[in-house]
Amino acid sequence: MEEGSLGLHYLTVHEASRLLGQREITSRQLTEAVLERIRQVDGRVRAYVTVTEDVALQQAEEADARLARGDVTPLTGIPVCIKDVICTRGVRTTCSSRILENFVPPYDAHVTERLRAAGAVMVGKSNMDEFAMGSSTENSGFFPTHNPWDLERVPGGSSGGSAAGVAAGECLFALGSDTGGSIRQPASLCGVAGLKPTYGRVSRFGLVAFASSLDQIGPLARDVRDCALAMDFIAGYDPRDSTSAPMEVPDFTAALGGDLAGLRVGVPKEYFPEGMDAGVRQVISEAVGVVEGLGASVDWEVSLPSTGYALACYYIIAPSEASANLARYDGVKYGFSYQEGESMWENMEKTRQHGFGDEVKRRIMLGTYALSAGYYDAYYLKAQKVRTLIRREFDAAFQSCDVLACPVSPTPAFRLGEKVDDPFQMYLSDVCTLPINIAGLPAISVPAGFVLAGGGPEGQRLPVGLQLIGRPFDEATVLRAAYAFQEATEWHKARPPL
Amino acid sequence: MGLTREEVLHIARLARVGLSEEDVARFQEQLSEILDHFDVLRQVDTESVPPTSHTLDLQNVTSPDQVRDSSPRKEVLANAPIPEEGFFRVRAVLE
Repeated sequence: MEEGSLGLHYLTVHEASRLLGQREITSRQLTEAVLERIRQVDGRVRAYVTVTEDVALQQAEEADARLARGDVTPLTGIPVCIKDVICTRGVRTTCSSRILENFVPPYDAHVTERLRAAGAVMVGKSNMDEFAMGSSTENSGFFPTHNPWDLERVPGGSSGGSAAGVAAGECLFALGSDTGGSIRQPASLCGVAGLKPTYGRVSRFGLVAFASSLDQIGPLARDVRDCALAMDFIAGYDPRDSTSAPMEVPDFTAALGGDLAGLRVGVPKEYFPEGMDAGVRQVISEAVGVVEGLGASVDWEVSLPSTGYALACYYIIAPSEASANLARYDGVKYGFSYQEGESMWENMEKTRQHGFGDEVKRRIMLGTYALSAGYYDAYYLKAQKVRTLIRREFDAAFQSCDVLACPVSPTPAFRLGEKVDDPFQMYLSDVCTLPINIAGLPAISVPAGFVLAGGGPEGQRLPVGLQLIGRPFDEATVLRAAYAFQEATEWHKARPPL
Repeated sequence: MGLTREEVLHIARLARVGLSEEDVARFQEQLSEILDHFDVLRQVDTESVPPTSHTLDLQNVTSPDQVRDSSPRKEVLANAPIPEEGFFRVRAVLE
């Protein structure tokens, strides 16, 4: 057992699946190992909002029974962590917000149903920026999550708990959500793989909505193969989500393997902004060099001229959609409900005042403003037109490229507290990821190296991810390229010093 | 192009989010800075560009008009702040 010396909790999904299938380990053993790991490290990492120990052990038993009678899938018996923005029936789902602190969904999200049916074992619900709004998990209404590579730094966000949990061995894989970079950026900052599927590829039924035209659920794992495996189970048409694409789902794992001969890779110039960390720039350049060495042809002169407008475009569209989606939190049917007011309206206003954190309030207000009479044309409509331009430029680039390669984040993980007081600085963390959501494309972050914190030899090493972007519904090529890169490097095998 | 205090209060009222005095001042500053950045979009020529509301080629997605089971009332009311006789109790809407 290769990874035995590192502990069962650091097994990859596919390796664990093989061992479970051969009855060398049981799901109960694997689950208990993960729960023990959580007990050991989560006091410091704080990846979890809710650890579902009883549910997990129950599901592990059921998985072992399935394994015994040969009724298995590659996910049967595998411990998974689910971002707390995804509904899990009977299990508290908070979106890391005080307004939903005690909310227990009466139904499972589509992806939760799929994982249950596959026999996965849910070990808990992970911490996040409140309602998925943030890039550091510091906007959680409860507590921040800490980066396992340096506990004084952020894990990224908004799926910080999922990324940190995977990096720290507190689950074998996780589900996150990505609206402006919320899977890819924390994956990059925590040294794990994270995939945002094409918009419409994975059902949003049961995903608490932030921005309906941008949100997507996706997998995070320590190995690209595990991301592909998870996609085999969660992707696909769902009639309950009216934005679910009625597209055939390929076998994503079948696509993996081989070199990249014939693959045309483009590197968009605009994704290397001036302020970007020199170490990150170096890692990405070398990573693209590795891709080239695998047989791909690389065009370093691809240009996406509207990239500079993506930030404004996103921060108009996303908050506008959020202002509508979060109107439902009024203390009437569920959630925190302030009752001490003089009137219904005062109760509602105070419910939202006390229930929502600052960033959520800021975005609701931005969105309300952008949609209000007199401003709709100048802001929301304008942003939607710029959105068309951004998408068209990607489409043009994909005429001569199969995949685009670039950074995920212009910097490695920053310190906790460093950007909380400057919302706009925080928004800049996502300049390399936002355009992809605007265009609805699939993209992955794959571990590509490290930089030293503080630039010096005494500094802690911090992970850097390479972003690979694909054509709509071409996750197979994105995964294939990422997997080939992974197999040609050792970055994905590094573990944090916990 | 900053937001005035009145505009902040107006937006907060539209969004039904209560704000403390401190919040009003703080958000006024932060939101103004963010909105200033949006001016960059004025530089973009979108003269004959159609808006994109979502990136899929789907329109008017409907579901069949079939009667199905709904969620059991007990489950739906389980999270209700003030359930009463199978209803959600609220403050009077009209005084």
